Amino acid sequence: MSIKISAQQCIGCGQCAEVCPGSLIVLRDSKAAIPRPERCWGCASCVKECPAGAILFYLGTDMGGQGGTLSVRRERHLLHWTVSKPDGGRVSITLDSRDSNKY
Amino acid sequence: MNLQMKMLDTDFLIIGGGTAGCYAALTFAEQAAGRVLIVEKARIKRSGCLAAGVNAINAYIGQGKTPQDYVEYVRADAAGIVRGDLLLSMAEGLNRVTRKIESLGLTILKDENGDYVSRGWRNIKINGENIKPILAEAVKKQPQISLLERVQVFEYIVRDGRMTGIYAVSIEEPLLYVITAKAVLCATGGAAGVYKPNHPGFSRHKMWYSPFNTGAGYAMGILAGAEMTSLEMRFIALRCKDTIAPTGTLAQGVGAKQINALGAVYEQKYGITTAQRVYGTIRENSEGRGPCYLRTVGITAEQDTELQKAYLNMAPSQTLRWLESGLTPSVHNVEIEGTEPYIVGGHTASGYWVDLHRETTIRGLFAAGDVAGGCPQKYVTGAFVEGEIAAKAAVHYMSDPPPFMDQQQTAGKHRSLSALLNLNRISPGSDTTDALEEEMQSVMDQYAGGISVHYQSSAESLHIAAGKIQALERRSVALTARDMQEIGYILELRERLTLCRALIAHMNARCETRWPVFCERSDFPDQRPELAKYINSQLENGGIKIVMRELINE
Repeated sequence: MSIKISAQQCIGCGQCAEVCPGSLIVLRDSKAAIPRPERCWGCASCVKECPAGAILFYLGTDMGGQGGTLSVRRERHLLHWTVSKPDGGRVSITLDSRDSNKY
Repeated sequence: MNLQMKMLDTDFLIIGGGTAGCYAALTFAEQAAGRVLIVEKARIKRSGCLAAGVNAINAYIGQGKTPQDYVEYVRADAAGIVRGDLLLSMAEGLNRVTRKIESLGLTILKDENGDYVSRGWRNIKINGENIKPILAEAVKKQPQISLLERVQVFEYIVRDGRMTGIYAVSIEEPLLYVITAKAVLCATGGAAGVYKPNHPGFSRHKMWYSPFNTGAGYAMGILAGAEMTSLEMRFIALRCKDTIAPTGTLAQGVGAKQINALGAVYEQKYGITTAQRVYGTIRENSEGRGPCYLRTVGITAEQDTELQKAYLNMAPSQTLRWLESGLTPSVHNVEIEGTEPYIVGGHTASGYWVDLHRETTIRGLFAAGDVAGGCPQKYVTGAFVEGEIAAKAAVHYMSDPPPFMDQQQTAGKHRSLSALLNLNRISPGSDTTDALEEEMQSVMDQYAGGISVHYQSSAESLHIAAGKIQALERRSVALTARDMQEIGYILELRERLTLCRALIAHMNARCETRWPVFCERSDFPDQRPELAKYINSQLENGGIKIVMRELINE
């Protein structure tokens, strides 16, 4: 489980590096990078923080990951999550932080 | 690289800006005019256990129940080894802190009368995705509280049995901090990464507990001679296979039962305490009736969708797993497994031996949250209450005269850390921090009751573990670092090794099986009434000395 950061989409704001609870993300030439992806907990804090949608969350193959990714766009109290499936399909789920979990 | 030194002084020093630490800071600022300094290894916005969010408030006194009911529940679940006094004082504050975190912005589900909607009598439903940012925001707004982030505390300064300050290093720049304070709270969290994890390869950090909680608080306390309790009461969580996501939302939310591969519900057969639920799953597997599942097939499409949403708010990997595989819970039962063992006082009783004020046996050092012992199942709200109690006690304690600094000791610390940064000593074939960590995890796994041996240990295996851990401690002395982050990793490894040493001594002293899985002795398979005592320990002349103490009731 880890993240990948698209250097093309990264705007170099450094917010992901700031928020990572493992201090695992660094800025190199104004682009965010995770030199040791195996140290990632998978909390997705950076994915939620990124204003450019440049960070994708995935499951490592050693834990049965199949190549899908998870991304999220924050819009005030809304979190728009998108799952990209290995077959190219997409599923979008929007969550409102003002709504409680049903379970 | 030249290591610089910086001296700081504060009134109330908090080590760790997580659940308990942030709440303690807020409480202190409400109660007194003094300065508060939180020293945090990462940044408080998402640091600690709550980074991804939390699924529910799991410690709350529901309608018609009392704090005493909570104490009884926890005592039974822990087979008696709890501190009744600590549990009751914690339980009495649960509903108060819940209202407080709601007032700070946490969404809690309410019914038409404005009452919280429960999920069982001890749980209430929330949206916990942003609980840590909410807490961090409140801390940052409070002008009395200062933050020192990306700074790792690694040693206490104790003089005449009294806490006077700490040593810490920046993980970003070559800077050694010496911080003195009138009162100190340890709120570092517990320890993960002591045992070989479920996925030892690339996904090694995909674990239940934060892999960044390395047991610093335990290790610093052990080395400073603080009395510790119940380290042997390890916590092993029952989790969704691979993603290690929580199972409570499935079990309590949609009533999913634990079933084996034959479709039989097995949970009643073994009992329903936290430890027994894991034990049953391990037994079903080892006796050939695995894998085991939570039976979710048959839930409605709406329930399926709501589960996907709920998991995004606390463990997004599970939702990704369901959707990328197409095997969502309504069409496929959710496989479950036990995690590697953790040492975590928020779930079990492991941690500092404290009094009712949460003061440790070192005067002026308080403990709250996962490092504080004797008070299992405190979870998020219980950690808040402990932070609150400790902060109030610290306000009172602060009237004592301020501490002083030992120049000679400080200079020695500077020398030893500078030596770690010596690049020239790295030669091919020498040990690396990662390699020693992996070796430690293997030793603990095989000889101190890890996943691969079905969590069982014996006097013989623990003896072997102790010898191997001692050897690793010796080898860890020669490690060197290229930068400050690597110094941090070396310090974390040493912390875990110190904890291993104490943990093994505790497990060895519990010559019974009081809790299956949590501390299961193959040479003592039964519970022994005469061991209904706390196993405590203290460092004495370099060795871990075990002390048995009588149970304390509320």
